[in-house]
Amino acid sequence: MQDADERLLRAVMALLTAKGITSAEEIAERVRVTDAASPGQGARMVARAWRDPGYRALMLQDGTRAAEALGIPMRGAPPLGVLENTPEVHHLVVCTLCSCYPRAVLGYPPFWFKSAAYRARAVRDPRGLLAEFGTHLPESVRVRVVDSTADYRWMVLPLRPAGTDEWDEERLAAIVREGDMIGVTQVAP
Amino acid sequence: MLAAGARVRVRDDWPETRGPCHVRTPHYLRGRTGVVVRHLGDFPNPEDLAFARPAERRPLYHVRFEQEPIWREGHAGDEVQVEIFGHWLEEA
Amino acid sequence: MTAARHPGYPLPVDENANQTPPEDRPRARHDLGGVSRFMCEPVDTAPHALTAFDRQVDALRQILGMKGIMSVDELRRGVEALTEAEYFGLSYYQRWMRAISATLLRKSVITEAELRNTLSEMP
Repeated sequence: MQDADERLLRAVMALLTAKGITSAEEIAERVRVTDAASPGQGARMVARAWRDPGYRALMLQDGTRAAEALGIPMRGAPPLGVLENTPEVHHLVVCTLCSCYPRAVLGYPPFWFKSAAYRARAVRDPRGLLAEFGTHLPESVRVRVVDSTADYRWMVLPLRPAGTDEWDEERLAAIVREGDMIGVTQVAP
Repeated sequence: MLAAGARVRVRDDWPETRGPCHVRTPHYLRGRTGVVVRHLGDFPNPEDLAFARPAERRPLYHVRFEQEPIWREGHAGDEVQVEIFGHWLEEA
Repeated sequence: MTAARHPGYPLPVDENANQTPPEDRPRARHDLGGVSRFMCEPVDTAPHALTAFDRQVDALRQILGMKGIMSVDELRRGVEALTEAEYFGLSYYQRWMRAISATLLRKSVITEAELRNTLSEMP
């Protein structure tokens, strides 16, 4: 079924190349650069913020500059907003209108994030949705769903799990997963 | 310019019924009342960018709403927070 | 409602208690927040690897954006203009590919004749 669209892609690329607009090499390089982004980048930011109150403050105030401070390329990327989870408030990120995602710090969005089920349910049944990911929040915690509708891209600064006080940054970063930074899961040590 | 803490209502307008458009204010918020969390900055109007028209910079706000009044279901106290352009907001 | 209010932002109780529920509003097809049709649909939480096609379409979109040929807003509008069958039947990047080619044609970056000829000359 995808064959027709693969032919369409090849035809469009051939035309754009003939017109000097782009080239196969340029596309391949862009694929390479895009593939290099991964949730590991966001995880480093989270780990740094957990250990360094100054960095945490920067991250909450200006996510883009915080990412750049760790060498994550952000030129041309949309502004990055960071949502801090607390014992009282748990954030969940969605884009109900399409699939806006903090790609510069987390890489490509996962399949589920782009699905109709996720986009529809997040703003109306976030707790049922979280249960699908094995996440169950206490009644006392408020869920705040952040619907990415405009220029910002949002990531969650999740709660640091108990029992990790002595861990160094690398060890902390290794336990922070993509889902933790979108809000569908909580970090487990 | 709307200040943090300002009560605002999202305009109950439906450009979708008047012809091709590109609107980034979700349907479920139209006519709803919320509170401005902060001004996020000024950005070119996507409604015009989508049609390759010159796009004026407009103020963008983060606005917080309670979920339960919208759907008449859900966990009381849960919220939804959404980026909304100033031209979609009225003081409530 | 008995929920405690966030100390910094006491949220108003929704004034228009008798408002038409979101179901009955004339929403656009892609405007999916809370849409009943999907509320009982399970989320496929399994990882799905991107194909070479997916990555190339993604890269193409980025390059067109960087070169000022097609903005992400134009892409979104193009995806929103797909038919019901296309929007819910095609994969994510198939939708992008359709929207990209429709936009390039509409803006005369490429022409129908050129595209037809190129396709017919391909194996």
